[in-house]
Amino acid sequence: MDINMTLIGQLIAFVVFVIFCMKYVWPPIIGAIEERQATIADGLAASDRAAKDLELAQEKATAQLKEAKLEAASIVDAAKKHEAKIVEEAAGKAQAEKERILAAGHAEIETERNRAKEELRAHVAVLAVAGAEKILERSIDAAAHSDILDKLVAEL
Amino acid sequence: MSSGAELTSQEYIVHHLANLKVGEGFMAVHLDSLGWSIFLGLVFLLIFRSVAKKATTGVPGKLQCAVEMVVGFVDESVKSTFHGKNPLIAPLSLTIFVWVLLMNAMDWVPVDLLPHLIHWTTGMELGDIYMKPVPTADPNITFGLALGVFILIIYYSIKVKGVGGFIKELTTQPFGHWSLYPVNFLLETVTMLARPLSLALRLFGNLYAGELIFLLIATIGLFQLPIHFLWAAFHLLVIPLQAFIFMMLTIVYLSLAHEDH
Repeated sequence: MDINMTLIGQLIAFVVFVIFCMKYVWPPIIGAIEERQATIADGLAASDRAAKDLELAQEKATAQLKEAKLEAASIVDAAKKHEAKIVEEAAGKAQAEKERILAAGHAEIETERNRAKEELRAHVAVLAVAGAEKILERSIDAAAHSDILDKLVAEL
Repeated sequence: MSSGAELTSQEYIVHHLANLKVGEGFMAVHLDSLGWSIFLGLVFLLIFRSVAKKATTGVPGKLQCAVEMVVGFVDESVKSTFHGKNPLIAPLSLTIFVWVLLMNAMDWVPVDLLPHLIHWTTGMELGDIYMKPVPTADPNITFGLALGVFILIIYYSIKVKGVGGFIKELTTQPFGHWSLYPVNFLLETVTMLARPLSLALRLFGNLYAGELIFLLIATIGLFQLPIHFLWAAFHLLVIPLQAFIFMMLTIVYLSLAHEDH
């Protein structure tokens, strides 16, 4: 084997290359790699979080939908009840109105009849007096016989 | 792809295993090994630096994806083995892995391609051209890397445990009795020295053997092409595996250096 200055030259080149690599090559490359690894890890964690958030939101949405349906059903129920009540009330009112109108009608008929009766009585009295006058061929002192006339009218 | 009728197989192989050398003795330098090594190291640093400069934390481009895959792979290997806090270990491992991988990958370059390219472009005689483009098949390169790792092992052993702690570790185990401390020291020193040696020799041996087999295949004539293909396909395993082993063992040795017994 032929060992000579080549060895020393190689050793010097080795030292220079290693120092250059340590100063200017290794740190930027490994830094870039590690930074990218951190970024990727962060991204994966964020996507995991997002997936969890989505699941939660879906659950929440489902719950809210259910609640809304229940509320809608209860509102519809209440509306139905209210409607029935209104119909019932209207029916009641109509019945009362009908009765009131009937009663008023009856009362009017009654007063009309009484009035006709009174009128009739008055006419009967006059007719009776006129008849009697015709029979007696004399006039009757209305005042003197008013008591008889009143009795007559009352009997009618 | 025999480089010339005038050469025997042995001469051909010996010629191809010789480095482009400048200088004499210990002061010599293998221009091909060191040149390719530095060139490939610069390729690695330029590509990775260009990505590092415009590294985005958002959606990465294709080159950034590729670079991040390598960086992520190295980071994971470091984190699974080295449990302390040391900003040097990961960049060191990345440099070793990619650089050694690129240097090993030069094994795929056909053994005669570069000499012939030089021959065609410069007109030099093939016999004068020495070009061994696999840096990790040169022990100088692998020992250079291993020596760097060894210095770091010693440095961190002393930094973490202190000089006393380091000497204590070398002398008081595996045998607890004081009379056996010299034996302990001998054993631990061998263990300590075996680490960079095994690192360097394993890488060198694998790539040198691979290169040698490529050269042997290149001498057999017409049937070399399918065999070249098979051997190159086998190197799909060897090349990244040796780079990975060098990186992992570096991490393990430095992790041991940080551990207090």
